[in-house]
Amino acid sequence: MSAGLSRRSVLQGAGGLVVSFALAPAALAQKAAPQPALPGSLEDAPFLDSWIRIDPKGAVTVFTGKAELGQGIATALQQIAAEELGLSFATPTVVTADTGRTPNEGYTAGSHSMQDSGTAIRNAAAQMREILLAEAARQIGIPAGQLRLEAGQVVAPDGNRRSYGALAAGLSLHVQAQPESKLTDPAAFRVMGQPLPRIDIPAKVTGGEAYVQDLRLPGMLHGRIVRPPSYGARLAALDIDAVEALPGVVKVVRDGNFLAVVAEQEFQAIRAMRLLAAAAQWQEDATLPDQVRLPEALLALPAKDFPILERYGATPSTPGRTLEARYTRPYLLHGSIGPSCAVAQQEADGLLTVWTHTQGVYPDRKAIAEMLGRPIEQLRCIHVQGSGCYGHNGADDAAADAALLAAALPGRPVRVQWMREQEHAWEPYGPAMVAEARATLDEAGRIADWNYGVWSNTHSMRPGPAGSLLAARHLAKPFPVPAPRPLPQPEGGGDRNAIPLYTLPSARVVHHFLPDMPLRISALRSLGAQMNVFAIESFMDELALAAGADPVEFRLKHLDDPRARDVIAAAAEAFGWSQGKPTAPGHGRGFAFARYKNLAAYCAVAVEVAVERETGQVRVPRIVAAVDTGQVVNPDGVRNQIEGAVLQSMSWTLYESVGFDRSRITSVDWSTYPILRFDAVPDSVEVRIVDRPGAPFLGCGETGQGPAGAALANGIADATGRRLRDLPLTAAKVKAAIGV
Amino acid sequence: MIELKVNGRTQSIAADPDTPLLYVLRGELQLNAAKYGCGLGQCGSCAVLIGGEVVFSCVVPVLLAENKEVTTLEGLGTEDEPGPLQRAFIAEQAAQCGYCIPGMMIRAHALLRKTLTPSDAEIRRALQPHLCRCGTHMRILRAIRRAAQEMRSAAVEPRGTAAREPVL
Repeated sequence: MSAGLSRRSVLQGAGGLVVSFALAPAALAQKAAPQPALPGSLEDAPFLDSWIRIDPKGAVTVFTGKAELGQGIATALQQIAAEELGLSFATPTVVTADTGRTPNEGYTAGSHSMQDSGTAIRNAAAQMREILLAEAARQIGIPAGQLRLEAGQVVAPDGNRRSYGALAAGLSLHVQAQPESKLTDPAAFRVMGQPLPRIDIPAKVTGGEAYVQDLRLPGMLHGRIVRPPSYGARLAALDIDAVEALPGVVKVVRDGNFLAVVAEQEFQAIRAMRLLAAAAQWQEDATLPDQVRLPEALLALPAKDFPILERYGATPSTPGRTLEARYTRPYLLHGSIGPSCAVAQQEADGLLTVWTHTQGVYPDRKAIAEMLGRPIEQLRCIHVQGSGCYGHNGADDAAADAALLAAALPGRPVRVQWMREQEHAWEPYGPAMVAEARATLDEAGRIADWNYGVWSNTHSMRPGPAGSLLAARHLAKPFPVPAPRPLPQPEGGGDRNAIPLYTLPSARVVHHFLPDMPLRISALRSLGAQMNVFAIESFMDELALAAGADPVEFRLKHLDDPRARDVIAAAAEAFGWSQGKPTAPGHGRGFAFARYKNLAAYCAVAVEVAVERETGQVRVPRIVAAVDTGQVVNPDGVRNQIEGAVLQSMSWTLYESVGFDRSRITSVDWSTYPILRFDAVPDSVEVRIVDRPGAPFLGCGETGQGPAGAALANGIADATGRRLRDLPLTAAKVKAAIGV
Repeated sequence: MIELKVNGRTQSIAADPDTPLLYVLRGELQLNAAKYGCGLGQCGSCAVLIGGEVVFSCVVPVLLAENKEVTTLEGLGTEDEPGPLQRAFIAEQAAQCGYCIPGMMIRAHALLRKTLTPSDAEIRRALQPHLCRCGTHMRILRAIRRAAQEMRSAAVEPRGTAAREPVL
């Protein structure tokens, strides 16, 4: 794979490459004299001091355009910088996404952070270390090879030494990165590869100021938005006198269908919001599809077909057995536990600063600037952690809300947090999808022919354009919803992982892209991969059953990639797959595998499930996952991500579906959108890491999402003898399938 | 004015008596740990103790906390001097985004005040009202087991709420 290609495609697919402040001259220079690609995000921000700065006192600061989302990226990047600079882990300070300080690395998404930022910082740190060594060698007058690094100093055998700070002070580190770096040998790692504790956790478990929700700026006001009751509803009548008379209310803001109130204290704002909501009358339309027949509604939408795989091998001489199946997924919530929040402040000099938990400070800045009709230089977006997002949730919209209110109240910071029902009803969902699979087995029980189609909306409606922001669509002069675009292969969107990694002599895969978006949608962790892996891996089990083959052996029979085979073997071995089906009544086992995007991390999952016949309730005694994410920087960080992916995917698979009637979203709280609770949490979740020292970083945030859900579905099929193909696999569906 | 005793400190609060306790803790008292999650008592991220019992501060009017001992996660230790439960959550790296964790820890604290030998089923039952979206459940369970074990072996009291405080 090419890391450069895949990073570009993510940036471009999401609405255009935004050029970093440090990039423009280099890009021009590169046009004149083409050079080999630089590693990771160095390609877009090639100057070393965009990434690492050393002040004269020796303080080392690392800058990343990626955001800490609770995935532990800041810790991993600090490990990388410390390793390559010969420093202790605690020495460097990591500064995350901030349009005023850090490189533009687009979105923190797609499991790209290690590949993009980790690779850039590793190479930048290694090159900076060599520059410091060379300068020390020059000053001391001995070859660099005789020098060693010790606690921020370069030390000669005779004890002569130079501090990094003094060396850096006499050098310009505003130099372009080189394509090749002298990277530390994995066998010599001191900091990388260690399960170091995350730097953000102590504040989170002691009530420290850890989130944008916790920001308290002097004179800060509290805003609340009154959203329309449904998509496209129009404000018909409004009386704000009573609201303005409430204690603490500073301002009611109305611009078209955008309606908000700002108050001195948070609960005053909430009270005022409630009164304002009661005072507003809306005209609504019934524009939503019939949820009961959602797959049919999706299939009836106009589609643009993209054949993404056409392979015509030798057709089997004797027609074999052909299987066909259709799989469906509903709309899914990101469902952050903390509703979206932002703080914004309009300064007198024109600068508007927004503190936001967006995944992309640069694209969000562009969108907000366009919405406000201002040059982007007048806006600064600073990432501050929020509640976990798992993709494009309400973060960017809340940032836009706060910016609008701050612009209306110059001088005083305004904090906006969404209410629970607003987060549920207005966040952009993971799209509903339909997949159809047809395959023919030859006499040897091999797949001779494969046909697969997936129907889906786009999986990214992220900013860039102002129209991607909710508030911008509601203004009196509304910004139009941007035209949706399918995200291109090889990473894909709705067709992410729609091409099986399996060796198939004859195969066709079509992405039926659906431009119409009846519900608001965007990127949810793993995009279409969760659905495509669910469908493909369910179908593989159906084929294995038809061929009378063991599901693991059937997969291995169709796989050449040695790393794929290794994770499958690791998961099967750790699970004890060879010991056969669990013997307890109602128990079954399931297996699934995918390589995320067919170019990132490999993941295989084995589960044991127990189905209670009377109720259809599914219990999961045991889950084993194996992952190959290339070079591992923090093994506990990888485990945490995979454990989380497995449990979140389990929740999606067993319980989740956004409800709606013909005009309104009806999933507006946790009772109308149930998710995993502790009574259903597995007895054990084990993660095996297949280590690949020296291999490129592959990222691991999303690779578990598909295999975990598919393994569960296969386990339920094994336990019940009935195949369920429509997500979620609720107790009611399981019970109905068993027929008790 | 309402007299509120939070983490051992008594303060006078000017808020309306029907203001949910959560907004007083986060607003007037500038405490971060209790989080707004749903405002409906469905997710547990706002959990605090009143008189040793877990309540959802997003739905409890501040008036009902008057003359009672309120404990938030801040009362269980600090970043520089974390309490045993906090040390256990750090040791198990039991967080991803961590937004739900303060509520989980308050629930665990209440459980461990009742028993230092909770069964796995008891821990799960106690945590049932709490939602985690990142999927850190296994780590949360491990952290609580670790805290219980450390408290048993060190015979230390969970910090914050004084042991002499009668349990409601």
